Amino acid sequence: MSAKKLNLKDKYRLLTRDLDWEYSYADRKKAFPYEEFEGIKITDWSKWEDPFRLTMDAYWKYQAEKEKKLYAIFDAFAQNNGHLNVTDARYVNAIKIFLTGVSPLEYQAYQGYAHVGRQFGGAGARVACQMQSIDELRHVQTQIHAMSHYNKYFDGFQDWTHMHDRVWYLSVPKSFFDDARSAGPFEFLIAISFSFEYVLTNLLFVPFMSGAAHNGDMATCTFGFSAQSDEARHMTLGLEIIKFLLEQHEDNVPIVQKWIDKWFWRGTRLLSIVAMMMDYMLPNKVMSWKEAWEVYFEEAGGALFKDLARYGIRMPKFVEVTEKEKEHISHQAWWIFYNYGHAAGFHTWIPSDEELDWLSEKYPDTFDKYYRPRWELAKKMEAEGKRFYSQALPQLCTTCQIPMGFTEMDDPTQIAYRSSDYEGEKYHFCSDGCKHIFDEEPEKYVQSWLPVHQIYQGNCGGASVEEVLRDYYKLNLGADNLDIKGSPDEQRWKEWKGVA
Amino acid sequence: MTIEIKTSTLEPVRNTFANIERRFGDKPASRYQEATYDLQAETNFHYRPLWQPEFELNDKNRTKIVMEDWYALKDPRQFYYGAYVQQRAKMQEAAESSYAFFEKRNLADYLSDDVKNLLITYLIPLRHIENTANLNNMYGCAFGYGTAITQALLYNAMDRLGIAQYVSRIGLMLDGNTGQSLIESKQHWMENPAWQGMRALCEEMTTVEDWFEVVLAQNLVMDTLVFNLFYEQLDGKLASMGGRDIAMLTEFMQAWNKDVSKWFDSVLKTVASESDENKAMLHAWTDKWQSKVRDALRPVIHELLEPEALDLAVAELEKRIKKAGITA
Repeated sequence: MSAKKLNLKDKYRLLTRDLDWEYSYADRKKAFPYEEFEGIKITDWSKWEDPFRLTMDAYWKYQAEKEKKLYAIFDAFAQNNGHLNVTDARYVNAIKIFLTGVSPLEYQAYQGYAHVGRQFGGAGARVACQMQSIDELRHVQTQIHAMSHYNKYFDGFQDWTHMHDRVWYLSVPKSFFDDARSAGPFEFLIAISFSFEYVLTNLLFVPFMSGAAHNGDMATCTFGFSAQSDEARHMTLGLEIIKFLLEQHEDNVPIVQKWIDKWFWRGTRLLSIVAMMMDYMLPNKVMSWKEAWEVYFEEAGGALFKDLARYGIRMPKFVEVTEKEKEHISHQAWWIFYNYGHAAGFHTWIPSDEELDWLSEKYPDTFDKYYRPRWELAKKMEAEGKRFYSQALPQLCTTCQIPMGFTEMDDPTQIAYRSSDYEGEKYHFCSDGCKHIFDEEPEKYVQSWLPVHQIYQGNCGGASVEEVLRDYYKLNLGADNLDIKGSPDEQRWKEWKGVA
Repeated sequence: MTIEIKTSTLEPVRNTFANIERRFGDKPASRYQEATYDLQAETNFHYRPLWQPEFELNDKNRTKIVMEDWYALKDPRQFYYGAYVQQRAKMQEAAESSYAFFEKRNLADYLSDDVKNLLITYLIPLRHIENTANLNNMYGCAFGYGTAITQALLYNAMDRLGIAQYVSRIGLMLDGNTGQSLIESKQHWMENPAWQGMRALCEEMTTVEDWFEVVLAQNLVMDTLVFNLFYEQLDGKLASMGGRDIAMLTEFMQAWNKDVSKWFDSVLKTVASESDENKAMLHAWTDKWQSKVRDALRPVIHELLEPEALDLAVAELEKRIKKAGITA
């Protein structure tokens, strides 16, 4: 036989994209209808470089080994009451946010990658997306199983999927992913594979998993380690998609830049909840949000965008604002939740004296000046029996859906307000970034299901906020919400630990 | 004698998540239940898809099938991701040892040219049919409703990619890892008149809009006929031609087919028993696709197997249809 033996790359090509063929009988555009409407030009799918080479037999084998180990740990964790080993009951609130706010995004990622894993005409890209789809399903399911034990002993986990569809602050992550999935297939990949998985994953996934490691949460931490090799694959897909689009046609560059601008800002807003988790919710801190932002975005992201400059891609719009925001965002976000702790599905608290000192040290330019006095006041009021909860429902930003509590970054005493008029209606925003996103696609964002508007319109049942929380959100009032101090969570924790 | 290790037991506050409790009562739940029920968003979607503004992101109206509760389509295998990959890893291990044995003993060298030609002309092209099955199951996964059915469709889609790869590897063993047999077999797929009906049908299936229709056309009609003809009946013919060893390489497909039939039969039975309208719809679709697949297979089966082969396969399909309660 004269033909040469195949190398690995060619073999993988035969085992994936060569399965596909040029259609002669049906209209291929009818089979793959969504490739063109975004204006992206693909001249040659065969230029797609497979970001990883994994055949299904190897996938089953490796993933089964990982699952076997992971579930052995989950079993041991449950058998040995592993929840007793976390630093203290406050920590558990961080993973309540994870299950109600992040796990449903893993589910949406599973759906989104299934969609593009069917719709891309290029079989190489399709197969890579299909593998990410099934990985994301793995992540949501293993997260549920990791949290399943906590749900048996703590409040606030029990109705996570019902909550995700309804609760005011959970519309922030939900709308983020609804936005990506409702976009075209290429924008979806730039949004999730590139902006999210590649640029920002170290600021979402890693803080939660490192937080778990630092706070004795073996179940979550083991999940994190087990998911690492999946995440590495997802990141290579993110890098491949951006290079592929930029190399296919120069007309793609401005479209991709617009998406990077949008999704970078969307991402930073979503991350404000991670910022507050890192700075305020972890009894054992990993690093400050500001430090994380500097290491994982400013340094790593800076290098990445330097690389992309040769394609004509520049840093995302409004990146200069984030340089200022890293000093403020976590403090402002936790203050919002402290104010609305009665309407949240997790517990809030005032930082301890040691924690206040840690924040002063980590934020020397801003904390003592702007935020410490607030917490001192809150502490004083609480001591006087005057714990204060905001009763009025807040105005929400139409784009990111976070209550309008963020300030002008040059004047942290002034709440930032922006607005746009569209078809006779006024829409409100928390920042220039969010206003810009709206102005680019107003017809999309006027559709936003804004929880506060919906409550006022009577779409969430109940005449009072309490009824909405109890009947529509299904919060167990007095157990899931309010301060950790005096909560059933705290009471049980003390009993288990034998402290008065 | 039993030994008993003393552990400290703490009384749990609740046995499972609230949505599971509402469905099954306040008792410990299985991992399948917690990882399946109510995972998919149901309401309050923020934006309509730019690519299908007539629907919500998750929308029950992407099929004519109507279910009161789409989670009724549970998987009798109770496959969540972990259970699925571990089960497939076991099958993979068995397949791997067969493939390794086949290679180590150079069993391909003992096949006659007739057998090799037959495989290249009629068996290896199935990798393209499997690719279509992958697309069709992905379609169902992406547009279907509720985790119970969509996760099973994703597992199925990934299985089909795996099977396409196993079939391709049979080709690579025949050609000594040069890829020559795959090039030849693709030529048959693209040009051999006997295959063109099947290729046209595969292409057509990927343009069907109703996700349940395409999933049924693929997983019930196409699969029953194709697996019966190409893995069971062809097996007998190969044995008579001195190609018995090929059965080692298609054992995975046979075992797999049994496994998924169990799941899909139960899905069909549940859908059919939900309402007369569903039953009528399933009946119309099975009728339509049965005649299409039959016509498409006729020329290739005419060249490959005995005249009654197709009828035998159709009888198999009719048995499944009847078992699922799909009647006029």
